[in-house]
Amino acid sequence: MKLKTAMLGAAASFAFAPMAYADGHEGERGRDGELKIIYWQAPSILNPYLSGGTKEIEAASLVIEPLGRYDETGALIPYLAAEIPTVANGGVSEDLTQITWKLKEGLVWSDGSAVTSTDVKFTADYCMNPEGGCAQLSKFDGVQSVDIVDDLTVTVTFDKPTPNPYGPFMGGQSPIIQAAQFADCTGAKAPECTDANFMPIGTGPFVVTDFRTNDVWTGVANENFREAGKPAFASLTFKGGGDATASGRAVLETGEFDYAWNLQLAPDVISSMAAAGVGTPVSAFGTLVERLEMNLTNPSPDLAEGVRSTVAEPHPFLSDVAVRTALSMAIDRELLVEVGYGQAGRPTCNLVPGPAIYASDNTACLTQDIAGANAMLDAAGVVDTDGDGIREKDGVPLRILYQTSTNAVRQDFQALIKEWWSEIGVETELRNIDASVFFGGDPGSPDTFQKFYADVEMYANNFDGTDPQAYLAAYRCGNEPKPDSQWQGENINRFCDPAYDAMIDELATTADLDRRGEIARAMNDMLTKDSMTIVPLVDRGRVSAHANTLGGVILNTWDSELWNVADWYRTE
Amino acid sequence: MTDQAVDTAVEELTKPRNQWLDVWDQFKTHKGAVVGLGFLIFITLFCAIGPLIWDVDPGKLDIRNKDVRPIYMAIFDSEAKTSWARPMGTDHLGRDIMANTMQGGRISLAVGWTAMILAVLIGTLVGVFAGYFKRLDGLLMRFTDLVLSLPILPLLLVMMLLFRDPLRAVFGPEQGIFILIVTGIGITSWMQTARIVRGDVMAIKEREFVLAARSIGTPARRMITRHLLPNVLSPIMVSATLGLATAIITESALSFLGLGFPSDFPTWGKILFDSVDRMTAFPERVIWPGLAISLTVLSVNYIGDGLRDALDPRIRGQ
Repeated sequence: MKLKTAMLGAAASFAFAPMAYADGHEGERGRDGELKIIYWQAPSILNPYLSGGTKEIEAASLVIEPLGRYDETGALIPYLAAEIPTVANGGVSEDLTQITWKLKEGLVWSDGSAVTSTDVKFTADYCMNPEGGCAQLSKFDGVQSVDIVDDLTVTVTFDKPTPNPYGPFMGGQSPIIQAAQFADCTGAKAPECTDANFMPIGTGPFVVTDFRTNDVWTGVANENFREAGKPAFASLTFKGGGDATASGRAVLETGEFDYAWNLQLAPDVISSMAAAGVGTPVSAFGTLVERLEMNLTNPSPDLAEGVRSTVAEPHPFLSDVAVRTALSMAIDRELLVEVGYGQAGRPTCNLVPGPAIYASDNTACLTQDIAGANAMLDAAGVVDTDGDGIREKDGVPLRILYQTSTNAVRQDFQALIKEWWSEIGVETELRNIDASVFFGGDPGSPDTFQKFYADVEMYANNFDGTDPQAYLAAYRCGNEPKPDSQWQGENINRFCDPAYDAMIDELATTADLDRRGEIARAMNDMLTKDSMTIVPLVDRGRVSAHANTLGGVILNTWDSELWNVADWYRTE
Repeated sequence: MTDQAVDTAVEELTKPRNQWLDVWDQFKTHKGAVVGLGFLIFITLFCAIGPLIWDVDPGKLDIRNKDVRPIYMAIFDSEAKTSWARPMGTDHLGRDIMANTMQGGRISLAVGWTAMILAVLIGTLVGVFAGYFKRLDGLLMRFTDLVLSLPILPLLLVMMLLFRDPLRAVFGPEQGIFILIVTGIGITSWMQTARIVRGDVMAIKEREFVLAARSIGTPARRMITRHLLPNVLSPIMVSATLGLATAIITESALSFLGLGFPSDFPTWGKILFDSVDRMTAFPERVIWPGLAISLTVLSVNYIGDGLRDALDPRIRGQ
């Protein structure tokens, strides 16, 4: 008996030995073959400075890297930097106006040349170029100068004390680009450098070998990657386009792809796909909020191009806070969550739903109140004067063009919200636009979310990192997309309030965390509860999926989802 | 005896058989065409008159009664959520599927018919002019080649971009898109008709009766309307039936891609598109609109087949 037990034990230890090696998952670079990632929104460019879209930022994060990233808990970790500068380690000056970054030693670009502080400074100059219309300009808010100290050290000086100096060069939105490659691509010439924008030279785990815009791009492991034995995959196929259903199926049912991003599908659909047992859906809550954006300017096609949807013409009825509030009151957010997201969502009234210190206790919008909305419109004098069932404000009927991207859940939301709005005397016309176009940022297309040639639009947005300062700073007067900025800009609603701008400035000079929370909550309330410029609907957990054979995936809502792709490996 | 014989002969002469009766007799011998015609009449009535009887708003959401299965599911599965008030079930937002199928069919069929009529009109016009007037031939046929080489989907996308807003301003959102799609499909599917008609017109133009007509001074206008058009009617009608099928398919493809009509505006293609996500759990939601599209197209094709046989005097009577 004893002998048998011993033999069983020995057999068991032999059986478990390979698993122990598998868990160690270490070895030479490129040992695991091909990694296939599918994003149902295809990246149109690999330069995040020229596109506000998440798809471009995340696709580019495989190739170009920032100095530091946020991990899955929101903590800062160094990437190209040797360490994260803080006041404690002397990297941030006592008066909070300077931050000194030191690069790791011996870093090289994928083409073999050395990464130096010149590249870091160039990146800042590239984005802050006044002719450029950089999509990530708000990350560089308040930067006065970026100075080279030595080959590996740069100092960023802010024009005032900046308690959260991690805007520039932190997170997927602000990676370092190679000065040599982009030298002739600054200012107005930035969008013309097709080769550089499609195939940037980077420091990340993969190197682009072929890029087809709005379709697919391929890459191979970066032979000069700074960590030995990584990435585990020799090549990469990054397929874009299609829809969320197809990409969910490709990973969860057929196993054609290893990783699918942002499966915005009805909960019953995801669980039925996962039942096939080929892949696993993973979810995490971050700051992603599905919201309605109210256009405060007039999008009427009767207006001339260049005046339409610009601050020159205020909106005929959405500029009235009573109308916006009534539109929000008519919405039953609980039902939207039930229909669209299930476990992967929760109703919210906040633009900034987390981290806890920045989340306002604003819950007034959670109960639907159609009668209250009707009463509010009546009191505001927005009544139906000609008996057609649609209310008018100063003779302009409340007819709303409501646009969003093509997506089954969003179309369900549109149908539900249209129905509720019809109960308060508002007529809604629905429009859905292909996601690659809607989020593509092409200044020539009338259908981008930045151009906002509609009264109301719906999409989700979030901020990376844990500090909402840059995110809230986007709503500064003058930061709106407009013709002379090539329709780039993040103040989508064209919101402008000097009191709000003053709070942006105050937040930027406050170091005390409690006070920062207080200001950020007040700003959140100004945009949501007080003015209903932004009507938050659902706080969305992000659901992505990976194949069961893919290991090392840690879903991160505070940075690019592909932040740790260098650590991914094949489990079989 | 002789008188009697004359009488019957006269009787036969006074009761001439209408040629359309002959066509109908020949048509009836084609079983597929008859079944197809029956189905087309049925589906047209279903969509046109159906909503008057089945008085349910297709856009009305009833979230408490979502995901109701069709009534026949009760036979296979007594647990299934069914309701006689919703004989074909409801979708995931509680919209009645029967009302949606009717409304969707109205749009799909309207798009099909209108686009087909437009395409046949343009095609016949171009074909007759190219075939009859030698000077126009090269020009018109090269133009036809040019249009033939245009890919329809990108073209429609560009049209959507350019003309959506002006049309919407003039005709309203639904009417505007309707005009856009019908025009788009119409102006990209007339080429086959034009080529067929041109060929036939060129052949008929050389026949003796045309020469005879010309020798007594028949002007070109009369020549075309009196002698040429009636003789090319058979290929025109056949290509018209095929055109109807193509137009319905193209509209479905556009809706299926999420382009075309707004999302709250059902067409068969749109219903199909919305249902694909839940195809495995609720197969009926893709089967019904899919079947409606396929059967309509199939029946129209059979009708075209039958018409070709019936309109050809050489085949007729064999």
